[in-house]
Amino acid sequence: MTLDLFLQHLSNGISLGSLYALIAIGYTMVYGILRLINFAHGDIFMMATYFAFFGIVTFRIPWFITFPLVLVLTAGLGMGVETVAYRPLREAPKISLLISAIGASFFLENLTIVLFGGVPKPFPAPKLFTDVVQVGAVSIQKLTFYIPIVTVIALLGLMYLINKTKTGMAMRAVSMDHETARVMGININRTISFTFGLGSFLAAVGGIMWGMKFPQIQPLMGVIPGLKCFIAAVIGGIGNIGGAVIGGFILGIGEIMLVAFLPDLTGYRDAFAFVLLILILMSKPTGILGEKTAEKV
Amino acid sequence: MSLLKLTEVTMNFGGLTALKSFNLELAPGEIVGLSGPNGAGKTTVFNVITGVYEPSHGQIFFMEQEITGMRPDLITKAGIARTFQNIRLFKGLSVMENVLIAHHLHLKANYLAAMLKLPGYRREEREMRERSLALLERVGLADLRDEQAGALPYGMQRRLEIARALATNPKLLLLDEPAAGMNPKEAEDLTAFIKEIQTEFDLTIFLIEHHMDVVMNISELIYVLDYGMTIAGGKPAEVQNNQRVIEAYLGVNEDVED
Repeated sequence: MTLDLFLQHLSNGISLGSLYALIAIGYTMVYGILRLINFAHGDIFMMATYFAFFGIVTFRIPWFITFPLVLVLTAGLGMGVETVAYRPLREAPKISLLISAIGASFFLENLTIVLFGGVPKPFPAPKLFTDVVQVGAVSIQKLTFYIPIVTVIALLGLMYLINKTKTGMAMRAVSMDHETARVMGININRTISFTFGLGSFLAAVGGIMWGMKFPQIQPLMGVIPGLKCFIAAVIGGIGNIGGAVIGGFILGIGEIMLVAFLPDLTGYRDAFAFVLLILILMSKPTGILGEKTAEKV
Repeated sequence: MSLLKLTEVTMNFGGLTALKSFNLELAPGEIVGLSGPNGAGKTTVFNVITGVYEPSHGQIFFMEQEITGMRPDLITKAGIARTFQNIRLFKGLSVMENVLIAHHLHLKANYLAAMLKLPGYRREEREMRERSLALLERVGLADLRDEQAGALPYGMQRRLEIARALATNPKLLLLDEPAAGMNPKEAEDLTAFIKEIQTEFDLTIFLIEHHMDVVMNISELIYVLDYGMTIAGGKPAEVQNNQRVIEAYLGVNEDVED
């Protein structure tokens, strides 16, 4: 393998890893605050691509207006799912929440099939992003460079929000101890709702870029990326945002490199994530950055 | 006028009555103690006042307003703050952040102002930091403001918890066993400290305490619970000589004196 080719694979891996990271953060933040695996997260990601499709194709709104609109709508959708599917179960056993999450996921998938049809639609990627540039001997889509840049900007914004703002502080406090946070005057429901909104916002950022990279959207497109990003969050240490990012990159780069170096295994591309999950659960169940904690009784 | 009033408050957990027909009236500026053996229902009283539990029967009034069953964050906003028996700081946050977070509810600026960093927001933010720092100075933790709260020694965690409660700007402060795990000297210092902040912040204080010397020394009135029932209430000296209290609780002390 030539260096050029290797670099091309690496840049592909990094951009795929960026997308995984953006989605994995949503899983990890919700887990941190509710101890819930939000199985509907992959479907929220899918909905973002449909919002973009309708904005640009159906309503003919220019992309630079549509995309911000998609982010806001998707954040709203995430908050809506939380209000309808999870908030009424705040005092219920965790298993009920999990079942509700699976229900919410099926609901969004089937609603999309009923409303928009199951036939894949082409994602309207603006030419600006899909143009191909020549770097040395290899040709790479501009998008491959934009994705990590956008991801880094989003991550920096997220870090600022979580570490430097009062809402971020409230999120951290709620994730540590619901009851005490309430007694300190924090509105728990609003904080949880905001967390879902934020996670969905990032999933929409990932969704838009995913749509441009793999320009075909369909109602079940969120399932596999959703599972993989959940695995990324577990690999990094669920509940830990830095861990989700690391897990996302490991998965993205690993997947691309597997196919690049062992072309015979191309068909096992999706299995890679699951094998990695099994390995990490056997060797370090709390994930790379996860802390060892005993379950509170 | 009473600051806090509980009438006939009962708390059942399934078949267990943790608190039965509890009555209480606190006048502004008082320091009142709540005592009784383990499992008598003392912390349950705090939990119904702060909205952690909704009482099965009875009503709670704070400054003439009914607060029965209100959300804990709104009760805090109304002016009731508390500490916990088993210290419950946000262990992963810094000392400063623990105090800052309690200021959270008094911010007026909205998200938009925060995002745009409008002058009003900046001023509010600066005032909040100054006030938090002043509180930390007051409890002697200003130098440790960037430490993780969970890393502080036990006694300092207690003081930080009080500082955090004060940051919510309360009129009524509920202290759940503030002297737990302290030696007599530390308990004495704490007693003095509680009296100081009571005058300084113009507080009414309601405290649960096991240490009889602390509770006798500090409180103007003492209520004693046993098995969820109020078995005595009155001035420390009266309570001390109450036969039922001696039987339920202080009997241990008498034995020691003999």
